[in-house]
Amino acid sequence: MANQKTNPPATNQPAVQTSDDAKGFYTLGEKIEDTKAPAGPIDQRWTDRKFEAGLVNPANRRKLSVIIVGTGLAGGAAAATLGEAGYHVKSFCYQDSPRRAHSIAAQGGINAAKNYKGDGDSVHRLFYDTVKGGDYRSRESNVYRLAEVSPNIIDQCVAQGVPFAREYGGLLDNRSFGGVQVSRTFYARGQTGQQLLIGAYQAMERQIAAGTVEEFTRHEMLEVIVADGRARGIVARNLVTGEIETHFADAVVLASGGYGNVFYLSTNAMGSNVTAAWRAHRKGAYMANPCYTQIHPTCIPVSGDHQSKLTLMSESLRNDGRIWVPKNKADKDKDPRQIPEEDRDYYLERIYPSFGNLVPRDIASRAAKYQCDDGKGVGPGGLGVYLDFADAIKRMGRDTVEEKYGNLFDMYARITGEDPYVTPMRIYPAVHYVMGGLWVDYDLQSNIPGLFVAGEANFSDHGANRLGASALMQGLADGYFVLPNTIRDYLVHGPYDAIDESHPAVVEAKNDVEARVAKFLSINGERSVDSFHKELGNIMWEYCGMERTAEGLKKAIGLIRELKKEFWSNLKVLGTADSLNQSLEKAGRTADFLELGELMCIDALNRRESCGGHFRAESQTEDGEALRHDDEFSYVAAWEFTPNETGTNDPGMGTPVLHKEDLIYTAIEMKQRSYK
Amino acid sequence: MKLTLKIWRQANQDAKGAMHTYELDEVSEDMSFLEMLDVLNEKLNADGEEPIAFDSDCREGICGMCSLMINGEAHGPEVTTTCQLHMRSFNDGETITIEPWRAQAFPVIKDLVVDRSAFDRIIQMGGFISVNTGAAPDAATMPVPKDKADRSFDMATCIGCGACVAACPNGSASLFLGAKITHLGELPQGQAERNERVVNMAAQHDHEHFGGCTNIGECSAACPKEIPLDVISQLNKDLRTAMKQGR
Repeated sequence: MANQKTNPPATNQPAVQTSDDAKGFYTLGEKIEDTKAPAGPIDQRWTDRKFEAGLVNPANRRKLSVIIVGTGLAGGAAAATLGEAGYHVKSFCYQDSPRRAHSIAAQGGINAAKNYKGDGDSVHRLFYDTVKGGDYRSRESNVYRLAEVSPNIIDQCVAQGVPFAREYGGLLDNRSFGGVQVSRTFYARGQTGQQLLIGAYQAMERQIAAGTVEEFTRHEMLEVIVADGRARGIVARNLVTGEIETHFADAVVLASGGYGNVFYLSTNAMGSNVTAAWRAHRKGAYMANPCYTQIHPTCIPVSGDHQSKLTLMSESLRNDGRIWVPKNKADKDKDPRQIPEEDRDYYLERIYPSFGNLVPRDIASRAAKYQCDDGKGVGPGGLGVYLDFADAIKRMGRDTVEEKYGNLFDMYARITGEDPYVTPMRIYPAVHYVMGGLWVDYDLQSNIPGLFVAGEANFSDHGANRLGASALMQGLADGYFVLPNTIRDYLVHGPYDAIDESHPAVVEAKNDVEARVAKFLSINGERSVDSFHKELGNIMWEYCGMERTAEGLKKAIGLIRELKKEFWSNLKVLGTADSLNQSLEKAGRTADFLELGELMCIDALNRRESCGGHFRAESQTEDGEALRHDDEFSYVAAWEFTPNETGTNDPGMGTPVLHKEDLIYTAIEMKQRSYK
Repeated sequence: MKLTLKIWRQANQDAKGAMHTYELDEVSEDMSFLEMLDVLNEKLNADGEEPIAFDSDCREGICGMCSLMINGEAHGPEVTTTCQLHMRSFNDGETITIEPWRAQAFPVIKDLVVDRSAFDRIIQMGGFISVNTGAAPDAATMPVPKDKADRSFDMATCIGCGACVAACPNGSASLFLGAKITHLGELPQGQAERNERVVNMAAQHDHEHFGGCTNIGECSAACPKEIPLDVISQLNKDLRTAMKQGR
């Protein structure tokens, strides 16, 4: 519906790109626009949109069906809420229970502009911090809405019985978190994600009992069905029986999480994957800003080739721990306790005297990489730096340190077998979150009508970098409050004409899935899925990780293409299609990661600027700090898939088409970050 | 180190399973237990034998997806999940027996993978507080005494892994059930449905063929999140009260 209001004056001009590093790797398409964001003052837009969105009569809702893929905070909350409203929801997850989705592993907390501390917080301040933290690469309307609904999330979770930390007076406690000056983070010890997810899970299970939600566990979505221009269902594999099933609905929601596992090693769960999103991308949904990756500085380093995943330790450790490496390369294998003070380089304190060990995540991560590249890294493979609590223990006493960080120290000791009270911890950065994802408009609808995307799977709210305690906020905002309000504007035009197994689009999607499964099992090569996935991860980490260069990215694209070719000719998957077959599951995921990895490199190659989690060595200040180029790159890069000509089982990727969405700000002005 | 592994293999739910023996060299003590199985699976794949199916996801001890009876103990010898167990807890030359969770209510799907969907069905019968999205009052309107909030939290840390059931000679899920009853029962928000909740969830528990509790305590000893045994007393107390009051 047309909005009669006009926007306040813009504070920036649309970008005009003059560089073209990715020339030959892409073609330029039409610009794309978010047509759903209402105009007008920023604090009125969400109210206006909710009012303008159509209403579905309660009696008609049960005739309307929605498929939701993923049961994390976004998917679980959406399933519960749409079920409560009376829609017919089918919920899918690859795990054995919706309660296992990886939202459960989030530690720190969830932001909300409650201002319970009276320290000057507000919706506008949370909005401001989030846009700034995202290095001015997010859409302001979306971020404002996120901040606006944040207080409702806390109300909802408390009413559900989420046991947030409380003060002695019985009221909710807050703490401050990375890079902001107010205390707005609600938490449940170090297990906030777990508690919020269980809240959403229980609300969803209640709707299963009520008959509005059906759950399909141990099911993996392998294709989206796009019929007559609309998303109308999915093809899923029952992971226990191997049966390829089709499911139909009036709308499809992907809440399938992030794709950090393209790096093989990350803090994601073993099963976290891009398949749902990538299959949608292949069917026409744009993938936005795929190169925006968040690398977390305080993870436990890799211990050997056997490493299957990385474990994050809360960045609160940097409040009291001091980060250092030996000044002399010769000392790197020495017992750190034997290295005298004058032979240690507390490099963050030296380079960033005002912020010291508390510089933002991306800066701390990159600084650690430089030390290790310089040959001063410690531990296995020289990939680690010390995080030392000796001074903190001297200053506060062991008891205080134990009280503050005991659970983290225990976890470290369990994994490494070393006692961090005695020897300094070793840490190294690890891939943690992706800000990129499927492109969505203000309604969280992709460019395929009827296909909605929520949570980490979409791109919309964090720009080029996500602030701490904002992932949980976005997942639940999308699931509880945003999607249920916007999807009704699509469903109000339903129910759409019934389709069945005989529809050509259904036949094609199902055949494609079956052919792909058969292909994996018939290659009969020499190499395991994991070996390909690991090799891809190494390429991505080396060339598309913390620091990226045009030369390295081009090299990576070549390497990935070679690897992809080998994958499709030398893969070895044993077992059958009609049983539980974990190698087969991994083969499908790795095949999609191989294609995604290439697109990430192309996106990173095109974006010749440094912003948030994306650092291009060619774009830095004289002091080595990230340098944005707003004049060229203040846009969302939305990529369209094109198939290439060869074969049906391995159609690979053709040249992707870049659609730009201009980022125009009216409620905030772009500024350059500085942490010196 | 060098290990001998005796592992339960079963093709599917209806097939007859058996223990198989595998030798594995060059196991590093820094490997997690599941990484050790990954290495074995890579070797099996290379040798043309189908890899062993086992569940895991987060591998940081919080999602509850991993399981395994290791030398007869649920999640092995340490108080943690299998994914957080490391090989330094074992000795060179050791023989390790690895089985799936053993309980009537958790049928084996394949090898070491079991079906724990009975837990979801117990939650469906009342493991929630009924509040539709948008119907919540401001979070600050209802103070919760800190000790109650803390106890509620401690019980809410249950990860639903099923170790309690696997460890119990009766195959009872009373610890799982008691943890949820206590999590919600300690909070003022949980009072309205308290009686109904415990009666319905306990009925579903029995319906799923979980056994009765005879106060053995293996469940709590096996729990990676150290849920205390007294939640079962709380469960029985709540059940008694509810029955007395005719719900």
